[in-house]
Amino acid sequence: MLAEWFRELYRLTGINLTIFTDSFDQALFLRGLGTTVSLSVICLSLSLLIGVLGAWWQASRIPLVRALVKGFVVVFRTTPPLVQIYFFYFGLGAILPRVPNAFGVMQPMVGNTQWAILSLALFAGAFNIEIFRSGIEAVPRSTIEAAESLGFSRSLIFFDVVLPLAFRVCLPALNNNLVNLVKTTTLAYAIAVPETLYAAQQIWTDASNVPEMMTVLLITYVALVGVLVAAVRRIEAKLAIPGGMR
Amino acid sequence: MKKLSALALLFAFCACLPGEAFAADGGRPSILGALWKWAPLLLSGFAFNLLISVLAMALGTVLGAVLGLGLVAPSSGLRRTSHAATQFFRNAPWLVLLFFCMYLMPFEFVVGGAVVPFPGWVKAVIGFALPVMANTAEIVRGAVQSIPPAQWEAAESLSFTRRQTLWMVILPQCVKRMLPSWMNLYSLVTMATSLASVVGVSEMLTLTADALAAEGGRTDLMAPFYGFVLFCFFVYCYPIGVWTRRLEARYAVK
Repeated sequence: MLAEWFRELYRLTGINLTIFTDSFDQALFLRGLGTTVSLSVICLSLSLLIGVLGAWWQASRIPLVRALVKGFVVVFRTTPPLVQIYFFYFGLGAILPRVPNAFGVMQPMVGNTQWAILSLALFAGAFNIEIFRSGIEAVPRSTIEAAESLGFSRSLIFFDVVLPLAFRVCLPALNNNLVNLVKTTTLAYAIAVPETLYAAQQIWTDASNVPEMMTVLLITYVALVGVLVAAVRRIEAKLAIPGGMR
Repeated sequence: MKKLSALALLFAFCACLPGEAFAADGGRPSILGALWKWAPLLLSGFAFNLLISVLAMALGTVLGAVLGLGLVAPSSGLRRTSHAATQFFRNAPWLVLLFFCMYLMPFEFVVGGAVVPFPGWVKAVIGFALPVMANTAEIVRGAVQSIPPAQWEAAESLSFTRRQTLWMVILPQCVKRMLPSWMNLYSLVTMATSLASVVGVSEMLTLTADALAAEGGRTDLMAPFYGFVLFCFFVYCYPIGVWTRRLEARYAVK
């Protein structure tokens, strides 16, 4: 039905949307979209984990740990994510040993998708550390003292008292970063991770419908990010502390 | 002190990976030798990155200022259109916008019989200017709305027109407030220029891949070469970040 309609559209206007008329292209594009979504979700969770751990270690009593976290944040925030991906994939990937796969063929120990996940998570994680730190600093000293006087341990105070409060304070900045992360997943294209941009490129090389696929691509990403923005706005409103935190 | 430790860390990050950095074996240049040989080319590529970033920022800022004024316009139609444009270009990934400009713009124009070439890097500048425009527009809107509304009323009671109020009262105060976010944006644009390598502009990252290919794809050179690219961007963007934070602290609205 739909395919018929788009075939008719092609016949009448020359607008060739193969992702609707060709089942192969459609599967390719949907798989790409799926990869983008799973890449985003995995990197998102990892980056949040890195953010929490980093913020925790940044308040460590050992100066070396603090300096390492600080250095990590500074380096990853002030270098281009694409170069980071290349550095990991080509630079470190070339140094790591090769291992035989299920068929006995030698292959790199870490594949391109894994490298993309790792570098994107580290990149977004560095920003999250900074965001969580500012949120933690906004938690009043007296709240922590109250928890201390109730006999809470250091880690219990961090995870049960400070973090839930800090999380709400830094939610807007966090959302911004997460939206950025979803946009940054397009960079995985550069090391041939089959995400949406990569799939779209394969389709337009095959069907030579660059303008159509470009438009589809733009609309897809704007819609994807738009949905995400709307979702996090809703979460933000739901989690808001009544009367604000003062 | 912190700066030094961060720099030292990056150096260690880039340089410590290969053990035999100085040893040359059998006619092949050592890692540092190869890096030294290619450094002038790579740095000229980096200069190209900076050129693209400055041009994109200039173009994007001019367009963004206009769009930003559209966001605070009294006409609701204009406001809504500007809002839609801003959201669109903010939500679209930079790389996709770059692809869009690269593939869909002509490579030359014919103006009155003369053929004007339109090289890839100019298209890249436009591709980067679009997200800059949307982000600048948001910065302008934020700054204008951060000025207390009482000032608008005060200017109105002194019989300033809307345009006079905007140009003589509101915007001069906005410049200061916008500067930190604008510099932050510039730093982002500079880092984003490396994306141009994906679409074939011969900036630093492209030249690095070329240099590595010319060295015969030696795997031990890859980490130091890409580390050098990271280092160049770091050295350029880090001071901008420090300066931004200093300005932020000075102009902080208390």
